[in-house]
Amino acid sequence: MEKHTYDPHDMSSEDLLTTRLDNLVSFFRKNSVNWARKHSLWPLPFATACCGIELMATASSRYDLARFGAEVMRFSPRQSDLLICAGRVAIKMMPVLQRIYKQITEPKWVISMGACASTGGVFDTYAVVQGVDQFLPVDVYVPGCPPRPETLIEGVMAIQRQVDRDGLKTSQERGKGLGIVAEPTYQVNVEAVADRETE
Amino acid sequence: MATPDEMVAVLKAKFSSISFDPKPLLMRGEEAGDQIYIRVEPENLVEVMHFLRDDPGTRFEQLIDVTCVDYLNFPEAEDRYGVVYSLLSITHNHRIWVKCFVNDPSPKLPSVIGVWKGADWMEREVFDMFGVVFEGHPDLRRILTWDGFEAHPLRKDYPLRGKGERENYEVVTRDSA
Ligand code: SF4
Repeated sequence: MEKHTYDPHDMSSEDLLTTRLDNLVSFFRKNSVNWARKHSLWPLPFATACCGIELMATASSRYDLARFGAEVMRFSPRQSDLLICAGRVAIKMMPVLQRIYKQITEPKWVISMGACASTGGVFDTYAVVQGVDQFLPVDVYVPGCPPRPETLIEGVMAIQRQVDRDGLKTSQERGKGLGIVAEPTYQVNVEAVADRETE
Repeated sequence: MATPDEMVAVLKAKFSSISFDPKPLLMRGEEAGDQIYIRVEPENLVEVMHFLRDDPGTRFEQLIDVTCVDYLNFPEAEDRYGVVYSLLSITHNHRIWVKCFVNDPSPKLPSVIGVWKGADWMEREVFDMFGVVFEGHPDLRRILTWDGFEAHPLRKDYPLRGKGERENYEVVTRDSA
């Protein structure tokens, strides 16, 4: 049998141990809490309109937000740390949203999902808030009407990068909203579904 | 099912002093032959509605909707607000629309809540959106906009973007939350 280039038996047990411990210690020193925390975001879906449907799609098996550790949607602000504001917010709803935000325990992050939550979108009327960031600190804006699930995942990953960097700070220490805009990194590939019938 | 002519005849026989002014509804520019609206003055409204509900020939058991049209700057309009009641008879499977015109400065109508209980929220909505006051309504509060809201937003002279209602709202910052 051909010999593998990598054979664990070739390595002395000492080597193995030192390498691993070394890595682990420095790794945990740098990242331990944030690393754990960023892979267990607990979103609160504040889905008030059509963007909420896309949010559900993001959590479903096809796009699978679980790969990023954020699949457990909690409907109680006490149990979550990521507010995903998906959809237009009526001005009458704003006090509710603010109260929910206040009830989330620190550390907490806010994603403003879609054109409506970020700017009011096409609903430029007396009844709709022209961007929740006028009344709430927003960390990441996700563009689109509605954003594709990939874009929302990109937004969640932007939050993860923030958590990695300063997750131990409370949002008070972080000051104003971060104001990051998630840029879609994917290319949309339109594929024909012609073979459907033959299947 | 009574034809519009029969319905108007029944009404005229009972209320000889009211003209009712029946007109067919317009649908995509054409007259819908079997559907009409009649015009009633505010002072006769409740009486006529009671009759429409109880008379065996009409029997409009159900109030489908109460809504309102603002005829501000409308060509050839004489009155400002037209409050429209859509009625349906389940027994006879026919419909009628009753229209009542009111004007500024204090548009007022008697409430039909004594005839159909379902008028409750519909009248509140018309009050909220157009400022038409329904006298005799037990609980005439705003239903869609919030309590501190002052204007009546579906009036034609209300600006689309509002009058700055959003501006003095509480802002939650990271320090305050
Ligand atoms: S951004 Fe588009 S999809 Fe999202 S809530 Fe607004 S209208 Fe609906």
